[in-house]
Amino acid sequence: MSGSTLFEQILDPANRDNPYPLYAEMRKNPVSRQEDGTYVVSTHAELARLISDPRISSDDLPDPQKFRWTGHPVTDLLVRPVRAEIRKRHRPFIFRDPPDHDRLRGQVMRCFTPERVRGMRAKTQKLTDDLIDKMCGKTRIDLVDDFSYPLPVTVICELLGVPPEDEPQFHGWATQLATALEPNQRGDEETQAKNEVCFNEIADYIQCLIKEKRKDRQEDILSDLANDADGMNDFDLIATAVLLLVAGHETTVNLITNGMLTLLRFPEHWQRLRTEPDLAPRLIEELLRYEPPVHYRTRLALADIPVAGITIPKDAPVIFLLAAGNRDPLRFPDPDRFDPDRPDNRHLGFGGGLHYCVGAPLARIEAEVALVSLVRRLKGVSRIEDPPPYRPGASLRGPRHLRLTLEGVAECC
Amino acid sequence: MTVRPERIVVVGASLAGLTAAHALRERGFAGALTLVGDEPHAPYDRPPLSKQVLRGLFSTDTTLPRHPDLAADFRLGTPATRLDLDARRVELGDGSRLPYDRLLIATGTRARPWPDREEAALAGVFTLRGRDDAQRLGAQLQAKPRRVVLVGGGFIGFEVASTCRDLDIPVTLLVRDAVPLAAALGPRLGGLIGEVAREKGVDLRLGAEIERMEAEAGRLTAVVLKDGERIEADCLVAAIGTLRNVEWLDGSELDADAKGLRCDGYCRALRADGGVAEGVFAAGDVARWPNPHDDGALVAVEHWGNARAQAAIAAANMLAGDASAMRRHDHLPDFWSQQFGLTIKLVGLTEGADALAVVHGSLEERRLVAAFGKAGRTVAAAAIDSARWLPAYKAAIRERAPFPPIEGAVDQPRIRVQEP
Repeated sequence: MSGSTLFEQILDPANRDNPYPLYAEMRKNPVSRQEDGTYVVSTHAELARLISDPRISSDDLPDPQKFRWTGHPVTDLLVRPVRAEIRKRHRPFIFRDPPDHDRLRGQVMRCFTPERVRGMRAKTQKLTDDLIDKMCGKTRIDLVDDFSYPLPVTVICELLGVPPEDEPQFHGWATQLATALEPNQRGDEETQAKNEVCFNEIADYIQCLIKEKRKDRQEDILSDLANDADGMNDFDLIATAVLLLVAGHETTVNLITNGMLTLLRFPEHWQRLRTEPDLAPRLIEELLRYEPPVHYRTRLALADIPVAGITIPKDAPVIFLLAAGNRDPLRFPDPDRFDPDRPDNRHLGFGGGLHYCVGAPLARIEAEVALVSLVRRLKGVSRIEDPPPYRPGASLRGPRHLRLTLEGVAECC
Repeated sequence: MTVRPERIVVVGASLAGLTAAHALRERGFAGALTLVGDEPHAPYDRPPLSKQVLRGLFSTDTTLPRHPDLAADFRLGTPATRLDLDARRVELGDGSRLPYDRLLIATGTRARPWPDREEAALAGVFTLRGRDDAQRLGAQLQAKPRRVVLVGGGFIGFEVASTCRDLDIPVTLLVRDAVPLAAALGPRLGGLIGEVAREKGVDLRLGAEIERMEAEAGRLTAVVLKDGERIEADCLVAAIGTLRNVEWLDGSELDADAKGLRCDGYCRALRADGGVAEGVFAAGDVARWPNPHDDGALVAVEHWGNARAQAAIAAANMLAGDASAMRRHDHLPDFWSQQFGLTIKLVGLTEGADALAVVHGSLEERRLVAAFGKAGRTVAAAAIDSARWLPAYKAAIRERAPFPPIEGAVDQPRIRVQEP
């Protein structure tokens, strides 16, 4: 891969387990042009600046539909173009700009109340306890499949109001649709075709669910959104629900798994968290800096933007390499050290600007409950392999498996 | 100034004073630290007073958090009465004298009283500055006055008017100028807020002044305007600006007057002869300083953010030893206001601005960012219900970017430069 650009090397799965030396190389140029005309921003100061720059658009997706003749004129001339148009105009708000973004996000924030999020703590604790109870008697577990994945999936489904029996369906859908956040995957036609099928399935499902919520309003976010008098239309509602489900799945899985992997690598902090559970909030912030669940996000320059001595030209794709900014020595002294006591830890783990993670408070609660409970109850934990195998994504970066051996599981207190 | 200070006195125990005290300790100052305040209250926060406190949502206790290890001697309820620069000593109202090695003057401002003393003393006539004021006025509003007359076209007047409407109290807002809020926001945006106030039921009178008040048994019953109209009201709030608390500096040889205490870019107080007053610093509403974002023109900024920023710089410079180690106060003024359901934020100063451009949203939607230009450069930006983009405009103002700045942006109408 010596001939490839630095960002191509970052995308290369061979470097997934430790991209940080490549990030350090990238930071030598705060904003660096890649051969394909993409600009990668990798230093904290420039990221903090550009993330709030109104000349940077989040509406960066390539046209989702490339025309393919199916041989059926009604499908080709009517159904598909209409669907494509609808999909283009009703993307999830993570891919949209103000004012539409602000309106949709505002409606979601009204449902994502602090009370409702705090109310999930007890439920999260109960789910955590149950999942750890199931590990009793086992000597080997896969933390991802046995814990990190099922916990946030159940939490987000409950919060949104997806019936528990339908949860398994979301596994496949969410994993497939998460590729929309991976520029190296979303470009190819096969992935696009799969995403289209997947989106149609999930959209049909959610449309049915919305109908039910309108007939029988429940105490959940989808019910609130579906019954909001001056709420969003059904297309935006579907896109929003899909976004919340996907974003609530993959990211928290990574946060919990990365957290356990980091604590296993630095056993002194495992011990501290066991004895000082009050350390959890700071430890999780440091985790969000040190091993964030989302490594980069893509944007589009709407105008020439002078920054750090160069000009990002109009229409250039821009990559915010947030995880590199998190290790910027100009902002964080000794950045490659995992230090939960780090003062003034203004990391970019949840992004920034107007697209700052909507689910941040929920993610913090889930990670806190999960990590505190795991270190308390799991005994004699060792890694079977390090580094573990990673999922292919370079943006939503996280282990596919984290296989561990156990000596025992303490009773739930 | 090279000697390490052992005794530091801070006159003024509000946001700037407390911020400086914390900063001094954080920077390792271990000597004697005294804070002098004329009010009996521990340092408290003022912004909620005209909003949540008056509305009855927060208690009047808006005490600012204080570090448990601050170890400061608070001399509360005792105003400073005199400063002796040569003897390096502050005299207090109770006759005690405080010697200092470094002095921070952060005495702030007070509400400008209603000019007619007899009228000012009537029951039902209020000003609003401190928490005692907020308590008294809040109690009156909870008792549902028949009508509140507000005098003054500034932010306090508008915030109180908004609170009254939230409480469903009839309000008449008297503004002397032709446009409200023009000093801070310019006529166009000021006019927009005025429109919103009217829609929310405020009886807004522009170009209106009070001729006299009417009273029965020492209680306000009505006001008579200069044009002869009589408005019945049992409550009046005079929000007609502030006076700087500089009288105690009379005879001290410091360059202090109604415009404030003059200091240099390092927050050092200046003597009337223009020289630096050794060991004396100033911060917050009382200070008048050269604004580097306006070619060093002297400015006094009565904002929460400036009080904190300036106090932190002053504290650092008090411990810096000599001028070469001092930091310049280059804070870009910013403030916010909440009223009539809108959040208004401003960065920079609009004074002297000759151009305005709506750069996001629109006036019609009442959700916008507007940039202000002066002689071709960007000097300020105001956001109404859309503050998220302000950091970018802040950077443009700091860089003195050409006006209009940041073209080709998201949610941007076709930029049309107009008069502010």
